[in-house]
Amino acid sequence: MTNKQKKILPQIFTLLLIILIFGFFTINAQMNMSNRGIDFGYGFLSQESSFDVQFSLIEYDGSHSYARAYLVGLLNTILVSVLGIIFCTILGVVVGIARLSPNYLIRTTASWYVEFFRNVPLLLQIFFWYYAALRALPLPENTEPLFGVTYLTVKGYYMPGFIWENFNILMYSILAAIISIVVIRSHAKKIQEERGKQLPVFFISIGLLIVLPALTIITGIVQVEVELPILKQLSKTSFIYEGGVSVPPELIALVLALSLYTATFVAECVRAGIQGISKGQKEAAASVGLTPNQILKLVIMPQALRIIIPPTTNQYLNLTKNSSLAAAIAYPDLVLVFAGTALMQTGRAIEIVSITMLTYLTLSLSISVLMNWYNKKIAIKEK
Amino acid sequence: MLKIIRNFVLFLSAVLLLAACQQQGGSGKKSKTLDNTKKAGFVKCGVSQGLPGFSNADASGNWTGIDVDVCRAVAAAVLGDSEKVKYFPLSAKERFTALTSGEIDVLSRNTTWTLSRDADIGLTFVGVNFYDGQGFMVRKNSGINSVKDFRDGISACTNIGTTTELNMRDFFNSRNIKYEPVAFEKADEVVAAYDAGRCDTYTTDKSGLAAQRTKLSAPNDHIVLPETISKEPLGPVVRQGDSVWEDIVRWSLNTMIEAEEYGINSSNADSMTSSDNPQIKRLVGAEGELGAAFGLDNEWSLRIIKQVGNYGESYKKHIADTGILPKRGPNELWTKGGILYVPPAR
Repeated sequence: MTNKQKKILPQIFTLLLIILIFGFFTINAQMNMSNRGIDFGYGFLSQESSFDVQFSLIEYDGSHSYARAYLVGLLNTILVSVLGIIFCTILGVVVGIARLSPNYLIRTTASWYVEFFRNVPLLLQIFFWYYAALRALPLPENTEPLFGVTYLTVKGYYMPGFIWENFNILMYSILAAIISIVVIRSHAKKIQEERGKQLPVFFISIGLLIVLPALTIITGIVQVEVELPILKQLSKTSFIYEGGVSVPPELIALVLALSLYTATFVAECVRAGIQGISKGQKEAAASVGLTPNQILKLVIMPQALRIIIPPTTNQYLNLTKNSSLAAAIAYPDLVLVFAGTALMQTGRAIEIVSITMLTYLTLSLSISVLMNWYNKKIAIKEK
Repeated sequence: MLKIIRNFVLFLSAVLLLAACQQQGGSGKKSKTLDNTKKAGFVKCGVSQGLPGFSNADASGNWTGIDVDVCRAVAAAVLGDSEKVKYFPLSAKERFTALTSGEIDVLSRNTTWTLSRDADIGLTFVGVNFYDGQGFMVRKNSGINSVKDFRDGISACTNIGTTTELNMRDFFNSRNIKYEPVAFEKADEVVAAYDAGRCDTYTTDKSGLAAQRTKLSAPNDHIVLPETISKEPLGPVVRQGDSVWEDIVRWSLNTMIEAEEYGINSSNADSMTSSDNPQIKRLVGAEGELGAAFGLDNEWSLRIIKQVGNYGESYKKHIADTGILPKRGPNELWTKGGILYVPPAR
């Protein structure tokens, strides 16, 4: 036996063993299910679901199929994950930097925040935000407007809705703004390299993003109508707001809890990343006359990101998976809608749980792939 | 994440237990479930996570309720002692998987008998121990006195994984009312959310409404509307494929109902063995060999009546005297104007 064979043989055995174990479970499950008169199959996905869902990003009601209900749940899970990831990143970076602040008050507040929120179980925090914090909100009829036209009530957050005309032209104008920003940025870089002169790129970018879309509205090509939420009486004591956009309190509570919890871990990753950069870098940058902000932006962060990204990816994955706790507070995510109601109505436990598991696996792997790509992009390119 | 782990465990246990119980469901008088129950020394009974009157645990962990009494009756018949029951509190979502996978042998958890559940997912309903119907609870001061007062935009709190969700849709759709369903996993969470004003109405089986109302902060500020929007025959369920076990559970329940019909209760059961009525004598095991049909001794039914009582006693103790539903309504014997009617034990 050659050395190569010696190396490969155990691997082949392991592979065979895994196939055997899975095969055994599959055949066993099939046999026993047929013994008990349970048929296995995914045909139910095209049947009418006949249950409604509270909150959906796509058009859905009980006359649609179970497959559509699955999609509703999946989109709701993605929505809460994306919102959570955005907020926890912003908050995490701010708190992470704040923890290293020379200011005693900022530094201490940040570390108190981290220690408190990461050491209380997430489910408890979700219950807290849903039952304690949101429930303290007033009923719709007693609500004082927030920012003039929005209403935060126990039944949800009501905002004005926008009804657009020629919405695609607005989209094009935003696209045009983005393209011109990219062009200006590369131009500004060139100018800086050639003449050492810095253009206020940031303010130009913001300006472009606002002015171009605003122009389309001012000239009347794109028209927008604002629909305000209006108080409506349901019964003698019960009111709701109608019209506009409403965000259910379940979503607010879940996003709040998930991002506040995960931000503590992100903050620690950011702090570790920044502290992982040797002091000499900062001192060298200071000695060539960069301001503290420039040091952070141009010298520390680009290097720190390489340390920050991999552990932060884990936190994003955790947040996505933790979003399945939504079922506890009636937010209709994948687990509540599909692995909950749909499973119960069809009784197809093995099919539905396997689909749900595969879905979470796919979601997590997609996030991993994205973050790995980003990590590679910012990694040190050795020449 | 907890949810995923739990689902995964459920999934795995489903697969593993299906494998373990492979040879189940024999021929003739052989019953694997019966043998296993005798060997284990207790009946594995799936109950709710706490519904007063049906299945509810007190502070020291003792389970009571009319659903619990069905399991106690089975234990009395099979093992000779109504206390030899192990209770498994299950959510609406977990219950059928727990039964089909063999984690429990009887599911007595206010479960509605429907065609799709009976025919489709490997379950068999053995009877009805409570005739119920879905209703609505609202705040008294809302001025809503009937479902006719419901308006577009009403929000309704309920549990997931129940027929309630489906009935609710049928109801609101047929009346063209736009509604917001808010579905929670556990009953306690529904109560808390409704209590806090998240929803305008709470909908579930009327018996459930009556029971859950006691958990609200001010029970008297709420009323159950008179309308019933669905039929909800609740009863015990067993796995498909073990007809002997199925018969034992069915006739344990029937015995309780028939005992009431013939006026046999826990205190007079012993003296009834010398009754002149052959029907009564059969029911207490003094005549005939009824137990042999499922491989039990002849005292099985006497033990049920003595240790658990008849249906009327059970109802009075758990549902009427606790103030949940003082009137028996449809759950009265057929001889007294109700619809409780069971085949004769002979």
